[in-house]
Amino acid sequence: MIRFVLRRVGLAIPTLLGLLVITFVLIHAVPANPATALAGDDATPAQIAAIRRKFGLDKPVYEQFGIYLGQVARLDFGISAFSGRPVALDIRERLPATLELTTAALMLAILLGVPLGVVGAVSHNRWPDFLLRTLSVGGLAVATFWLAIMLQLLFSMQLGWLPLRGRLGLGLAAPPGPTGLLLVDSLLAGRLAVFWSALRHLILPAVTLSLGGMATIVRFTRAGMLETLQKDFVLYERAAGYGRQRLIWIYVLRNSVVATVTQIGLLFGGLIAGAVVVESIFDWPGIGDYTVQAILTGDYKVILAVTLVIGVIYIAVNILADLALAWIDPRLRSE
Amino acid sequence: MSGADLLSVSGLRISIRSDEGVARVLDHVDLTLARGRVLGVVGESGCGKSTLIRAIMGILPAGAHVDAGGIRFEGRDLLRMTETELNRGIRGGRIGFIPQDPYLALNPVFTVGTQLMEIMRRHAARDGKRGSALRAAFRARLVALLRRVHLPDPEGAFGRYPHQFSGGQRQRLLIAAALACAPGLLIADEPTTALDVTTQQQILDLLRALAGELDVAILFVTHDLGVVARLCDDMSVIYAGQTVESGPTRQVLDHPAHPYTRALVACHPARAQGFAGIAGSVPSPLAPSPGCRFAPRCAEAADGCAHRAPHLRPMPQGPERRVDCRLYDPAARP
Amino acid sequence: MLVLRKFLRDIPAVLGLAIVSAVVLLAVFGPLIAPYPGDITAAHLARRLQAPSPHFPFGTDDLGRDMLSRVILGAPGALEVALFVVVVALVVGVPLGLIAGYTDGWLAELIMRVTDVFLALPQLVLALALAELMTPSLRSAMLALAITYWPYFTRIAFAETRRLRTALFVDALAGLGASRSRIILAHILPNAASALIVRATIGLGFTILVAATLGFLGMGATPPDPDWGLMIAQSRTYLPGAWWYALFPGLAILIAVLGFNLLGDGLRDIVDPRLRRSR
Repeated sequence: MIRFVLRRVGLAIPTLLGLLVITFVLIHAVPANPATALAGDDATPAQIAAIRRKFGLDKPVYEQFGIYLGQVARLDFGISAFSGRPVALDIRERLPATLELTTAALMLAILLGVPLGVVGAVSHNRWPDFLLRTLSVGGLAVATFWLAIMLQLLFSMQLGWLPLRGRLGLGLAAPPGPTGLLLVDSLLAGRLAVFWSALRHLILPAVTLSLGGMATIVRFTRAGMLETLQKDFVLYERAAGYGRQRLIWIYVLRNSVVATVTQIGLLFGGLIAGAVVVESIFDWPGIGDYTVQAILTGDYKVILAVTLVIGVIYIAVNILADLALAWIDPRLRSE
Repeated sequence: MSGADLLSVSGLRISIRSDEGVARVLDHVDLTLARGRVLGVVGESGCGKSTLIRAIMGILPAGAHVDAGGIRFEGRDLLRMTETELNRGIRGGRIGFIPQDPYLALNPVFTVGTQLMEIMRRHAARDGKRGSALRAAFRARLVALLRRVHLPDPEGAFGRYPHQFSGGQRQRLLIAAALACAPGLLIADEPTTALDVTTQQQILDLLRALAGELDVAILFVTHDLGVVARLCDDMSVIYAGQTVESGPTRQVLDHPAHPYTRALVACHPARAQGFAGIAGSVPSPLAPSPGCRFAPRCAEAADGCAHRAPHLRPMPQGPERRVDCRLYDPAARP
Repeated sequence: MLVLRKFLRDIPAVLGLAIVSAVVLLAVFGPLIAPYPGDITAAHLARRLQAPSPHFPFGTDDLGRDMLSRVILGAPGALEVALFVVVVALVVGVPLGLIAGYTDGWLAELIMRVTDVFLALPQLVLALALAELMTPSLRSAMLALAITYWPYFTRIAFAETRRLRTALFVDALAGLGASRSRIILAHILPNAASALIVRATIGLGFTILVAATLGFLGMGATPPDPDWGLMIAQSRTYLPGAWWYALFPGLAILIAVLGFNLLGDGLRDIVDPRLRRSR
């Protein structure tokens, strides 16, 4: 098993390198004047020259790449133009917020999506199935930013049930917790008011973000179940008198989730993309919101750093998904 | 049909609706099985053997409809029982099932132990035990059973996955699973077809031994007369969904009555004089021949055969010896 | 014709086809259908922010422009971007996939590595980074989207080519002396076409979504273009009062993308049931 893990991680290294190459190419190849792009719109000629020296933009390409790799290794992504602080610091502070949001959305998508997919498969060709199929295709067609606004409109502005934006109510301070995840930290510190406020603020953004993923999970779980239900061992298990509920939810389901787990990697990418928009609309202080601000101010360093970070997270999630697959289907372990 | 029969199927007629139309898969199947006996159900592929088995177990496919007939098991009418009743008491409990393909029958992502324990959980007698004591008791019983079916390393088998066993071993596992809850009837669906010849013999010998030791009746479905000769006390021959002949194996094989049975016996490699086949081909259940379905291929067919209502009647040799053919029907016109 | 009948029995697919046809019609005949075609640019401040009424079924926006007309007039733009992106992605991505699938050398490796890296990033993020680099505008958004979408087609073309390469008929053709390019173009490509068409249809819908997102973020169309995403962004200042301002463009996006998704699914079901699981 360890060998499997190591091998899987090893396979990711070329992709990681490729990612670095691409981000490097993005800086140096695309804009007409990389130095100006990196320095920012209102940089003085002196600042631009300083940037040029720092990034070695007058040196040969491979040397520049080396410099770039060194910077990445030191986590030196420069100073953000609009926050005035090191980009690496900004990212480190904001990352937990995004992780909390995306994890909540992913969990929501799985906890609701999988059972709904099972229900759809089991009620094949009857109305619950048709309803689910329509909703899941619809769920993929909804623009996340529009859904966010609609939910805000209804639940916050009209009904007043949930907060409009932000991560925590006014006047409440985040506990200086170990994880940076408000829900966890506030529980650990016993600050229930903070926990409750954080939870209420999390609901709308997480629900918005989870919809697309949920739709995908419903589709794939349903398809996987339908396929598994045709298999011989299901007939055998029925003949052996397995109880129907256990048969479906334990014995058939585990065989059906392989396709879904494969999708979770891709799904996570969609979640990150969605987070960019959702964070911006709900004023959620994560890296998605950071990216949008960077776009609006043309802060190019930030965009690149975020792209790199997101890429790494994405690769990591895909490795985890592969490991989960091996855990689910023992036949994959001996590869 | 005596009251001591374990299983009796009478006049079973089943049709299955599909996109292509209505297939009359079974048209008058009669069979009886007494306690502790081994009955071989013989027929070619497509003759309806699987549908028969599924009807007995109550797992007919969607679109299947029982048009006529009944199935009685241990005095109860299986066709009238609800799904819950069947699942709780009959399947896995009183009737054990040994499937045809051991490579496909086991759930690939769970250990063998989990799957065996699931059956025990559902159906095995608990003897008043609970919790971990119950699990330990189940496990002990299973290990003993695995040893009886000659599975190497029974203790270790629990933690392994199906793909880690050979075909023959998997079949033994399935036999053990079928016997786990001490059923009165074992239904074996051509359980050796997917195995090589040597393993086949081993499995058949095992089944024979078990039938004797455990006083369990076996309904053995096959297309191979040789297997029937070795293993079965009685046999029943099905052609295109109709039972054409039945009786003690020795009698049927030595003195086959129905033209189809005679042709089958004549074709068998052990007995064939030359290369003889049976002319014609099996009719499709979507468009079956009326009356006796073998008539189009039968050398002895007469005009009346196409209008015969199926009726399995006893022969002079004895009440268990039955055949459905105009040749033995005193009332039929020649 | 059996294929056509099977397609017609699939209600969602037919619905998808109907929606897509409607969108295309709107895109082509938009200016003729819209009740106030001049409302791309004209402003009528006297009737700003009016709720939906018989005169203005979708209400009016902050410059008094008829929302129904603007939504209709947003269709051509959305479709144009989608078509551009998908066509360019096909033209670039498919040949690369075919080459990578059929050859075995360093070129194939390189192509697939690059594809993997591109696919390692969510398209939106990459497109955002690119669009930002090229100075935000509708043109750069389109280009950015096209550049980030070709890997999806490459992967499909690669997988299909690999699968077919080992098929018997390819060996036979090679044995008969057919040239590589002939085998690829005349035999493998038609077989891969079905998977590509399904992906392209769904891709059209997906691109409309992503393009709308870019528009929302200010990275695509600029005012006064009737871009659906842009309209939603502009509507925010006027919420919750002018709810119609945000609702209808969003519904337009939803229905259009739904149409393409349903159509794509329907095509997939007739083309190859085997594909039903993958996207």
